[in-house]
Amino acid sequence: MNELIYAIELTITGLLIGSMYSLVALGFVLIFKASSVFNFAQGAMTLFAALSVVGLFPIVGFWPALALTIVAMCGVAVFAERVIFRPLIGGAPLVIFMATLGLAFMLEGSAQIIWGTQPYGLDLGIPIEPIIIGGVYISRFDLVAAGVAGLLVLLLVLFFQKTKIGLGLRAVADDHVAAQSMGIQLRRVWAVAWALAGLVALAAGMLWGARIGVHFAMSLIALKALPVLIIGGIESVPGAIVGGLIVGVAEALGEGFVGSMIGGGVQDIMAYLVALLFLLFRPYGLFGEKKIERV
Amino acid sequence: MMVEECFPATRLKKDMALLPRRIDKLMMIAVLVVALALPPFLGDYWLKGVMIPMLILSISALGLNIVTGFAGLISLGQGAFMAVGAFTGVIAYGRYGIPIPLTLLIAGAMAAAVGAVVGAPSLRIKGLYLLVATLAAQFIILWVIQRVPWIGAGSMVTINTPPVFIAGLHIDEALEQYYFALCVAALLTVFALNLTRSRVGRAWMAIREQDVAASVMGVSMLRYKLMAFMISAFYGGIAGAMVVFAWVGAASVQEYDLDLSIQLLGMIIIGGLGSVLGSYLGAIFVALFPIAISIAMHNIYAISGGDIVSAATLANAEHLLFGALIVFFLIVEPLGLSHLWHRFSGSVEAKLSRFPTTNQTPTRRRPM
Repeated sequence: MNELIYAIELTITGLLIGSMYSLVALGFVLIFKASSVFNFAQGAMTLFAALSVVGLFPIVGFWPALALTIVAMCGVAVFAERVIFRPLIGGAPLVIFMATLGLAFMLEGSAQIIWGTQPYGLDLGIPIEPIIIGGVYISRFDLVAAGVAGLLVLLLVLFFQKTKIGLGLRAVADDHVAAQSMGIQLRRVWAVAWALAGLVALAAGMLWGARIGVHFAMSLIALKALPVLIIGGIESVPGAIVGGLIVGVAEALGEGFVGSMIGGGVQDIMAYLVALLFLLFRPYGLFGEKKIERV
Repeated sequence: MMVEECFPATRLKKDMALLPRRIDKLMMIAVLVVALALPPFLGDYWLKGVMIPMLILSISALGLNIVTGFAGLISLGQGAFMAVGAFTGVIAYGRYGIPIPLTLLIAGAMAAAVGAVVGAPSLRIKGLYLLVATLAAQFIILWVIQRVPWIGAGSMVTINTPPVFIAGLHIDEALEQYYFALCVAALLTVFALNLTRSRVGRAWMAIREQDVAASVMGVSMLRYKLMAFMISAFYGGIAGAMVVFAWVGAASVQEYDLDLSIQLLGMIIIGGLGSVLGSYLGAIFVALFPIAISIAMHNIYAISGGDIVSAATLANAEHLLFGALIVFFLIVEPLGLSHLWHRFSGSVEAKLSRFPTTNQTPTRRRPM
């Protein structure tokens, strides 16, 4: 019985943490859908956004800090689109991927030059004491974070379905040549996609920052999001969400039941083990398009 | 006038030479003279801090360039292959007393075996999917090394190597270590040069340019993709073992993390994808780069009358500029530093010879 409660507890924790993985993965999907760019810099953007907020917070207060950071993230988006990705349009996907790697280095370096390398705490005023339902402990913070993540996903879905820009984004994702010939401005759409990814990074950065503190390790969260994408399918929003939840639960259960047997640290590689299984048996992921090339 | 003189490149023997052009030969001699004669005048700081790591990372970058630059298969697992080589090496030499040259081969072979497993998915998946598979390998390999008790490397444990003897010679001074690394690097470079201009190299490049077409032409994907991964890992393994025997003197997991893999990828982008020379230029660049930044920043601060530059700021400036350089090279010079050399040497060669050859400079714009 205790085992069962423990398992339920772990599963719920896993689901809640998984929703935060989804949030990071969502940033990847946004850019990938709009421009087929696999953005390794998403983690660095998360760090950049979170550091900007906690750095500006003591100077100008919380809300102005948030507003300034949003402006900064839009600036990063425009910079990335104009300076880095426009010259590389039509290049091989791997070359563009390496460019995002360069962008990641640039963002990490500049954020830490401006705000320093010391870790910051971030208090969003969310109570940390757990609530207990039927003997199961649930972290209130994780619950709120999951709620915010869910809300963001809902907003994004509405944005994609109901607004003109969202429609443009979907059109570009579908076939950017056709979209362009219909009068959609590719460059603007790409800049919007990057800006949206920046905002998602900001949300993820604040939630993760409140959970683990704001410091360099944050940009490593992106590495957790890569397996999420493989599991969910690289161009699918629902995939990012389900993938994130699967990774979260797999990590929690793996650490809870297997980790104690072999000395812990299972959660560091669990995501990749699951992703490898998917790569072997279902490489396009749960919701991805089945267009993977084979040779 | 002989026909061969009019068409210098048409002689098979000349075409197949290791260094086909006169300027390459001259350059090679110059490099060898500098590499052999300069180090005794450098202090331990330069040898230990710049020259030895540069040589060892060149070996590993060369391996990565084979799989990524020549065969067009991206890998973010080179650091983990180095770890496999390092721990295989330290166990083979330290625990079983196998002679160093044999130990190096065993370390390379072990890494190659792991490389074959990691490379196996490349037969089914490519591009970003393969990238995630190699990334998974990077994490899982390091994790396994830390968890298998027989290896004896806990998460923060380093394994020291016993004093290094090669054929009775005790290698412990920085200068000796440097020459040891130079020998290994030279051997592996000649091997790579020969490999890349042979049938194997052409098969890799065919796969990189158009794998479906290559397959139709009869290039075996199974053989050449696995071979690329295995040879790449072999180089990584030997480089990892050299870290232990010729540089640090110990193997620790932390040294071979993802950062190293990414740094190696940056090296070959800056140096030149698909170029043996580029692997070296990239490694040299990355080795000298922090020193240049440090000197530049100290001067800027001294002129502007500011405080002393903090180590953290330096590290971050380095980080920032490294990223900017990767982007810069990808956009402006996708064939990297080696292409600059080819352009320069091509024009010099044209002036040297009475009959300018036109086909010496690679013209391909996008490396992949």
